[in-house]
Amino acid sequence: MAGSVAIGVSLAQKDVDFYIHELYEINFFGAKVYITTTHVCTLIIFITIIALAIAARRSVLKKRDVPSKFATGVELAISTLDSFVHGAMGKAGKKYINYIGTLFLFVIFSNISGLFGLRPPTADYGTTLCIALVSFVMIQYAAIRYQKWGAFKSLFEPIFLFFPINVISEFATPISLSLRLFGNVMAGTVMMALYYGMLPIFFKFGIPSALHVYFDLFSGAIQAYVFCMLTMTFVADKRNVEG
Amino acid sequence: MNEVHVEGLVSACSAIGAGIAVCSGIGPGIGQGIAAGYGASAVGRNPGAKGDIMSTMLLGQAVAETTGLYGLVVALLLMFVKPFGK
Repeated sequence: MAGSVAIGVSLAQKDVDFYIHELYEINFFGAKVYITTTHVCTLIIFITIIALAIAARRSVLKKRDVPSKFATGVELAISTLDSFVHGAMGKAGKKYINYIGTLFLFVIFSNISGLFGLRPPTADYGTTLCIALVSFVMIQYAAIRYQKWGAFKSLFEPIFLFFPINVISEFATPISLSLRLFGNVMAGTVMMALYYGMLPIFFKFGIPSALHVYFDLFSGAIQAYVFCMLTMTFVADKRNVEG
Repeated sequence: MNEVHVEGLVSACSAIGAGIAVCSGIGPGIGQGIAAGYGASAVGRNPGAKGDIMSTMLLGQAVAETTGLYGLVVALLLMFVKPFGK
């Protein structure tokens, strides 16, 4: 009994691998800091996005009679993004389109990086919390910039007794944003790791492609869309309170 | 079954707790189903507005999913980080 349990535990720990691995150790002012798989995957994604951006710029700027297919695709993507941001934010979308586009590209590339055997950086709570904190700063900046003192006054909204509740609800925004993204991507990563780690070898051909389509492509795209949409909704909400 | 080790007891209770925590998926399941049902009926009534209805429905479903994901995160912490087992 005890032997079989021990075998099961060791098998599970050996084969099921969705942990963040520490690759390289750095001594940072006396504290141990690690370069993890998250950093490496984030760097790979950065390089991919930058290479794509440079290729898009070159193909769009090239002078020719008929634009190439790639340039047409880039223009289509940009116009889709434009209508997406302007549809959610109205006229104010012009200022935020750069940020929203970058955010969307990064989140969707990291969500679908599970397809290519990387560990998605968004399955690390550090990454999602940082993105959500950037969005939080942006939301609060929009509130203070466009409502001036109304931003502080709205914390005391119905009566002053509601101050702690309003403060908590403000700070719940980045937490719920980051946990939503993290939970979805982490669930997909854990499910794929369990599937690949626990089942015998003849299950690993063909069937996982359907799981990959759901967990990596569909769920990742939905979560990237929702993250950007919620950021835009919150910012637009803060900007348009007085009318 | 002579004696119960503390580590074994803690992992067993963590596994039970993780199972209970994942029960938080019931609520978002019901909520997402309701949203999808109303979305389908809205598309049936007004097929022209399918794009808007789809995006609104997906946004609402994703927000409703959050509480279920909190339970999932708690379950993952209990199973793999083991905060009580040293």
